[in-house]
Amino acid sequence: MITEKDIEVFIDGIKHYFRTSTKMDIVVDPPYLISADEITVNDYTGIIGISGERKGFVLVTAPADMLRYLVLSLGEKSATPDLVHDVVGEVANTISGNARRSFGAGFMISVPLIVQGQPSRIGAAKDTNGYVIPSRWNTFSFHLVVSLQ
Amino acid sequence: MKMLIVDDSLIIRRKIEREINLPELTEIYTANNGQEAVEIFTTHEPELVTMDLTMPKMDGTECVKQLVSINPNTVILVISALADRATAIKAVKYGAYGFLCKPFTECEINEALTKCIAFSKELRG
Repeated sequence: MITEKDIEVFIDGIKHYFRTSTKMDIVVDPPYLISADEITVNDYTGIIGISGERKGFVLVTAPADMLRYLVLSLGEKSATPDLVHDVVGEVANTISGNARRSFGAGFMISVPLIVQGQPSRIGAAKDTNGYVIPSRWNTFSFHLVVSLQ
Repeated sequence: MKMLIVDDSLIIRRKIEREINLPELTEIYTANNGQEAVEIFTTHEPELVTMDLTMPKMDGTECVKQLVSINPNTVILVISALADRATAIKAVKYGAYGFLCKPFTECEINEALTKCIAFSKELRG
């Protein structure tokens, strides 16, 4: 069961990531609840499995154009496909890892699984719910999805 | 002074390498997991290491232990998104000198590495 306080942890995390890394603030729209089988993904998705005291996943899904712009904003001269692929996993990893400040060391995170296009499965049971945190950075829209038992 | 950057993220390895503005660091090596790090460490004997924690094959905590057992005078800066206090304390217990939380700024990485370089010089007399 995810609480409002849990959602705040991830909203703070994603705001902190973009402010620190790109010196640009993001806009977060109101989160909403969906079932895991309703999750729609964008061009690239970084998925972090959660185990230990909480179980579930955290994913960041974003359009390729946004990730290319993010790679350039991080100081790269060229947004090569391998950097675009890598950056979505790093965003998901950083937000999930930072959440341990609130959840403690029992909040275990996996290495990122990075998927291009529609993943065959997210890794959640069909009756699992998740919160979508819609966000906007620059002119781009992307989603953070948090599903925790 | 030689430094090894260990992180499974290409963009983080490149960011650290690009943003370092410290003339003392003359040779930089990179590894994308703990296993590769141990091999490069054994071959090139860097005095300084930046270490991610969550990595495939061999994680950062195990890698810190192995590097310290090979050379106890190695100065290791853990750079990780794992932001809880217990993880930082554990890394230091296993032999890391310091802890820098991701995401970090250019200023923060240079400040942290400046302290590491000073400590490394002290260790070497």
